Amino acid sequence: MRRPSTFRLVRIQTGYQWKLFWRNPVAAFFTILFPVMMFLIFTVIFGNERIDELGVTVAQFYAPALGMFAAVSATYTNLGISTAYQRDFGVLKRIRGTPLPPWIYMAGKILSAIAVAFIGVAIMLGLGVALYGLRLDPTTLPALVVSFVVGSAAFSALGLLVAAVAPSGNAASAITNATLLPLAFFSGVFIPPQAETPRWIEFIGDVFPLKHFNEAFFAPFDPRRNDLAFEWGHLAYLALWGLVGGYLAIRWFRWELPQGTGSSRRRSTRR
Amino acid sequence: MANAIEVRGLVKRYGDVVAVAGVDLTIAEGEVFALLGPNGAGKTTTVEILEGYRQRDAGSVSVLGFDPAEASRAYKERIGIVLQETAIEPELTVDEALDIYGSLYPRRRPTDEIVEIVGLGEKRRARVKTLSGGQKRRLELALGIVGDPDLVFLDEPTTGFDPSARRQAWTIIDNLRSLGKTILLTTHYMDEAQNLADRVAVIAGGRIIAEGTPETLGGRRDATIVRFRLADVAPDRLPLTPSRADGGVVEIESVDPTRDLHTLTDWALANGIELEDLEVRRPSLEDVYLRLTGEATS
Ligand SMILES: Nc1ncnc2c1ncn2[C@@H]1O[C@H](COP(=O)(O)OP(=O)(O)OP(=O)(O)O)[C@@H](O)[C@H]1O
Ligand SMILES: [Mg+2]
Repeated sequence: MRRPSTFRLVRIQTGYQWKLFWRNPVAAFFTILFPVMMFLIFTVIFGNERIDELGVTVAQFYAPALGMFAAVSATYTNLGISTAYQRDFGVLKRIRGTPLPPWIYMAGKILSAIAVAFIGVAIMLGLGVALYGLRLDPTTLPALVVSFVVGSAAFSALGLLVAAVAPSGNAASAITNATLLPLAFFSGVFIPPQAETPRWIEFIGDVFPLKHFNEAFFAPFDPRRNDLAFEWGHLAYLALWGLVGGYLAIRWFRWELPQGTGSSRRRSTRR
Repeated sequence: MANAIEVRGLVKRYGDVVAVAGVDLTIAEGEVFALLGPNGAGKTTTVEILEGYRQRDAGSVSVLGFDPAEASRAYKERIGIVLQETAIEPELTVDEALDIYGSLYPRRRPTDEIVEIVGLGEKRRARVKTLSGGQKRRLELALGIVGDPDLVFLDEPTTGFDPSARRQAWTIIDNLRSLGKTILLTTHYMDEAQNLADRVAVIAGGRIIAEGTPETLGGRRDATIVRFRLADVAPDRLPLTPSRADGGVVEIESVDPTRDLHTLTDWALANGIELEDLEVRRPSLEDVYLRLTGEATS
């Protein structure tokens, strides 16, 4: 009669969420292939020219930007939607009836999402290197890793916050997409920062966390930098969003649908 | 024998609705206890309070020596839950679901054994989403016992089962009983309660209105039902008051059947009336249940 160790439980839960993610082709497509498609479209449309404002080529800008976008899809969008659907289905209620500590369930979801994010980033950067000779100064690698971890963790927390406040999986899907896609335009992800970006767009970008993730993640790829490329200001702001989001997610999280908002045996459509 | 479940004065309100209005329950270790009652009677609410899902408004509850409201891990390790309405991740296979849920418990029953017990041996590699409704329910039953619990809560465990699957489920529950497990189940099937339960309680409007063994519930042992069909005769002409009279079928509940039958047949002969399909029998559990819940709601 021995209780399973925390380590073992985290490992099993992470593996289980990982498996579920890849068995949902729609989510896997949007998370991994959609940014790759954007990357190829942008580099074909614009050619691999130099972007004067940034002093880098189109690929040198878009590979990190869309890699970061894949990481945000894998954490924010994926966790927000899948967790809310699991509540609709009654899966979360079932988990609450077992001895599994709730935090381990969440840890499994977050670790799996971050692993998916890693795959998304690796594919994008690999493609950049293979097709367009993307360059990364090895001394900036630690900054890249730190930005990835801080950003993915923060957006995991925000995804769970969406799941906490969304009344249903469908609502969570609407919320994540309606927030992430416009923000990607305002945060210099889909469109590189211009010399004459309207003030209000800059303002929106500055307030929300996506732009800060984007800039911290791009810095290691910026050939004009000759330091270690840590963007501490952006990272701190990102971490603050993550901490506040995580705190509110924990406060507001519900493991069951309130009665009368629908059946727990919902359809299995996602996104 | 120690008590597995002790509940005193349990109350649960939802706004103006009093879902549970002062329930007392004592269930001994190793006992199979069935909670019967109409829709909305408060069965699920009561069971989910005992499982730790819902917080009570008043009363004391002790289950296996724990207060379920504290929802401790040690408590969850010793109970198994089959909810009335839940689902399992549709993309998992049967085996995976059992492995993942089994891994959460200190004591677990092997997946090989469990799939055989619930009759899903052929479906081990099938995704949950491809299972039929009854097969999903069997998997839920399997997940309820995969941690080798001392106490199992079964909220309408066989709803949606075909008759042979129901028999199978009864066998599983019987086996749990012979392992010394305590079982609290709710059901709308009287034959299920009759077959499985050591004791039953009828709950209506959030109150327990009767409690006993299936044989003695509601004075069942002492009552007899006289039943016949009356063509073209108003039931108010009968010499005895019927407990039921509709569609020409009359039922009279009797505690003195010899005398009552005599009165009845005398009257019929004297008036030249034929008592078609006349039968005399002990009331079924369903008869008693319908009378009790009918009284409670009228
Ligand atoms: N979460 C809730 N919010 C509001 N009312 C509730 C809630 N849960 C139960 N009720 C009410 O409490 C009463 C008892 O419900 P409960 O689900 O316990 O009945 P039940 O005996 O399990 O019925 P059934 O046989 O239909 O499953 C009902 O009137 C129901 O509407
Ligand atoms: Mg119920």
